[in-house]
Amino acid sequence: MHQLTASPAWVSLAYLLSGVLFILALRGLSSPASSRRGNRYGMAGMAIAVGTTLATHEVASLPEILVAIAIGAAIGLVAARRIAMTAMPQLVAAFHSLVGLAAVLAAAAAFLNPEAFGIALRVTPIATPSFLSIFPVSRLELALGAAIGAITFSGSVIAFLKLNGNMGGAPILLPGRHWLNFGTLAAIVGLTAFFTRDQSDWVFWTIVGLSFLVGLLLIIPIGGADMPVVVSMLNSYSGWAAAAMGFTLGNSAMIITGALVGASGAILSYIMCRAMNRSFVSVIAGGFGAETATSAGAVADRPYKRGSAEDAAFLMRQADQVIVVPGYGMAVAQAQHALREMTDLLKEEGVRVKYAIHPVAGRMPGHMNVLLAEANVPYDEVFELEDVNSEFGRTDVAFVIGANDVTNPAAKTDKASPIYGMPVLDVERAKTVLFIKRSMGGAGYAGVDNELFYRDNTMMLLADAKKMVEEIVKAMGR
Amino acid sequence: MDFISIFSLFVLACFVGYFVVWAVTPALHTPLMAVTNAVSSVIVVGALIASAAAQGGAAKWLGLLAVVLASVNIFGGFAVTERMLAMYRKKDPSARALGPTPTPPLKGRG
Repeated sequence: MHQLTASPAWVSLAYLLSGVLFILALRGLSSPASSRRGNRYGMAGMAIAVGTTLATHEVASLPEILVAIAIGAAIGLVAARRIAMTAMPQLVAAFHSLVGLAAVLAAAAAFLNPEAFGIALRVTPIATPSFLSIFPVSRLELALGAAIGAITFSGSVIAFLKLNGNMGGAPILLPGRHWLNFGTLAAIVGLTAFFTRDQSDWVFWTIVGLSFLVGLLLIIPIGGADMPVVVSMLNSYSGWAAAAMGFTLGNSAMIITGALVGASGAILSYIMCRAMNRSFVSVIAGGFGAETATSAGAVADRPYKRGSAEDAAFLMRQADQVIVVPGYGMAVAQAQHALREMTDLLKEEGVRVKYAIHPVAGRMPGHMNVLLAEANVPYDEVFELEDVNSEFGRTDVAFVIGANDVTNPAAKTDKASPIYGMPVLDVERAKTVLFIKRSMGGAGYAGVDNELFYRDNTMMLLADAKKMVEEIVKAMGR
Repeated sequence: MDFISIFSLFVLACFVGYFVVWAVTPALHTPLMAVTNAVSSVIVVGALIASAAAQGGAAKWLGLLAVVLASVNIFGGFAVTERMLAMYRKKDPSARALGPTPTPPLKGRG
């Protein structure tokens, strides 16, 4: 009898405890005050899961395992310590790809050595040598786990390359891609069904291969601005892959975790889609911003007001309230520390300062909040869209740094605009809008011209975000 | 566990996940992704079983490689979450000096 079913009750209870600790880890994130304790619960849960597994299975190769864990730990800890906060989306995508690959490898290992996992029976047919027959349900779970893991892996690799700038952010559109994707997915489903009847090697490896392919095909046509959805979606997949493995092993810790992570990624994707007023299907179908980007050149000649750092400093020092609207451009320019210095000077002058965050600002959910936290901005000065939007009418200066589409009033008025219906920050209702932008040439990531630039109450500050903020700080010092 | 009890656990856990994740404050969505990443590496359990088996062959090496990958995630994921969470702080002048770019404490006018 294999160990899995023979395991004593404490083993199941230990895995259950580890699952509960993971729930508490996520629960802790409901407020920054309880979040660090939550993270400790998560670590404890993982330690219990690993310890229980090592204690209850034959451990013929403990030294090798410890070396493997040590190698992984060293790489992980160095990456976690060295990574710049602005590069967090890439790191998360890279981590997703590792979970995906680990899921594929674990499923493959279970397929090659089903006896160790207790998912097979030795059958001895007449006239042929005996062989291990994997239970049909386990075959289904293995195939699903491997397929989801492979999609997570290759999709995350593409997402990483796009986020890291190794690959252009623009969507790459293959002809007939919808049929290609659909056909490949259908083939995976068909082969998975076939695999429950025939456990031949080629079936398993073809499923894995096709899943790698479909992961590439799915993410390649998705543009840079839609990356928050992609990263959340891949997060969700990594959870479902863990859940599939949990079904194979009948392991409650893995099932609870898989469901938690799957739900987490799905909800984040939903929040991101809602914040862009786009359906999940249209994001996944991809190609957003590809056609519209070409038409943006036509509107370049409209008159606009241009200001200097001194003008900006003067306006803000006179203000009662300034709302800062950060976007991806702030991350690219690494302007968060200079920004914090600027707002400190303003506060010293008695100006009230708030930060307004749009849910899709940046390249992943919560990206801006982390950067502001890194720059030591207290989190009670940082507000979400729905909490702060009514305040712009009572605000003297809206300071837009590196954001664009999320401030475009056309989303409220212009039905022809590709971003029509997207909830935006009502910055134009502030007395003055200061808008930092590198130059008047480029449009936002959606490829849409922003009507805000040409309004009477907008002053454009054309420079690199960090340089401009530093100059404003200097001007304030005078 | 039989399939139905596992499945029941899975369905209930999905509901728990739904409610717990909606309760997460949007300001912590990036740490949420980092920590879910770390906990989804519980898949290491499967990898450990494969790599620990005595007569493993190829399965053992695949398992060990999976242990390395999952460990990168476990340690990296929790560490980077910890690092991020340590940065979130309330309005508190005395806590300012702890940040990565210490600025001298500011005094109000007058």
